[in-house]
Amino acid sequence: MWPKSFDYIRVNSVEEAITQLNKHEDAKLLAGGHSLLPAMKLRLAEPALLVDIAPLGLTQVSDRGHGWSIGAMATHAHIAANANGALAQAAAGIGDQQVRNFGTIGGNIAHADPASDPPAVLVALGAKIYIRGSGGERNVAAEDFFIDLFTTDLLSDEIITSIYIPRKEGHTNAYAKMAHPASRYALVGVAVDICTQEGHCREVRIGVTGATTHAVRASGAEAVLQGAEINDGNIAQACEAIQADIADQLLGDAAYPEDYRQAMAGVFLGRAIRAATA
Amino acid sequence: MQVAITVNGQTYERDVEPRLLLVHFLREVLDLTGTKVGCDTSQCGSCTVHLDGVALKSCTMLAVQADGREVTTIEGLAQNGELHPMQESFWEHHGLQCGFCTPGMIMASTAFLQQNAEPTEAEIRHNLEGNICRCTGYQNIVRAVQAAANGGDG
Repeated sequence: MWPKSFDYIRVNSVEEAITQLNKHEDAKLLAGGHSLLPAMKLRLAEPALLVDIAPLGLTQVSDRGHGWSIGAMATHAHIAANANGALAQAAAGIGDQQVRNFGTIGGNIAHADPASDPPAVLVALGAKIYIRGSGGERNVAAEDFFIDLFTTDLLSDEIITSIYIPRKEGHTNAYAKMAHPASRYALVGVAVDICTQEGHCREVRIGVTGATTHAVRASGAEAVLQGAEINDGNIAQACEAIQADIADQLLGDAAYPEDYRQAMAGVFLGRAIRAATA
Repeated sequence: MQVAITVNGQTYERDVEPRLLLVHFLREVLDLTGTKVGCDTSQCGSCTVHLDGVALKSCTMLAVQADGREVTTIEGLAQNGELHPMQESFWEHHGLQCGFCTPGMIMASTAFLQQNAEPTEAEIRHNLEGNICRCTGYQNIVRAVQAAANGGDG
């Protein structure tokens, strides 16, 4: 399959990328291309210009002490090997070896596929997305970044430069995923970041992907767990609550309908909580 | 657009359309047809090559993205008429029937062994998730990779 014809340029700086995005209304940034090119081959995307940002680097995963900074062009393979916890876990389960070698986290979240893994984790970890555009630099919380199916807060002349994940002392996290048997995309993915003290939950954030049109926070399930003892009864209650949390944003298909994914969100929340608190 | 791509040690300068996929550059521009097009949707892995030593699905990259970089295809594995140990191992352990997925399986496996020289069976299976075979049921493919990792025994 061939994509529709387009123009191609390679840029050497973030400023240059922004200038090109500004100049051409129908331009798209090309990082790893592992979401964009398949979409272009299916003619689901037909940009007139591809701006290849490969020369920008932006691939570092660095420990800043108070948190982690992940370059927007860090590949999933690099993150799987150099980050930890739920983020590394999610990265290691994306697609397959070949896809993880070239797919980037910035491209992944800009594409905002509803079945993508990292968005749920970024929401749970309280990540901030750093963005630059003609209007300067800004950052947005992951939970506000994902807006709808393939839709984010990113403007047409903006580029994601990095993702910041705050270090939270005493917190542990995990990602539990029900992978589609062929594509390995998440039918349901639940990320939990939790801080417990003497068996009780002091703080928790939950992110969901796959079952919903976009990655969302499950605040009802969080409220059930907040302050509660981590036991089978309370976990079961949270698993009920998450199904209500996502009821208005469900996504489904013939093989895995909405109500099935909704039920599975409960099951996989339970697994994520147990993995994070094990 | 003018590109210079090194394939199996030789640099080729060609004028290509930006939309030309790397796999078509290899197969149709350079006549290196060992690399296959299977699903053409980044899933089956039969188009797997190495880009700068790393396994890549060449149906999911533009030729222009490979400009200035090094590609190795299945044709580049044998040296001086001697099959690569992974190729020998696929032969020895009957890791194929029709052979269509084989170039991709071998390229994915050789790249993987570069990172993990002594993989477990589970690790081999995990790392071949991106390669689909419709003949053998994978048992002999996994056996072949395991044997190649063990220096040909197995």
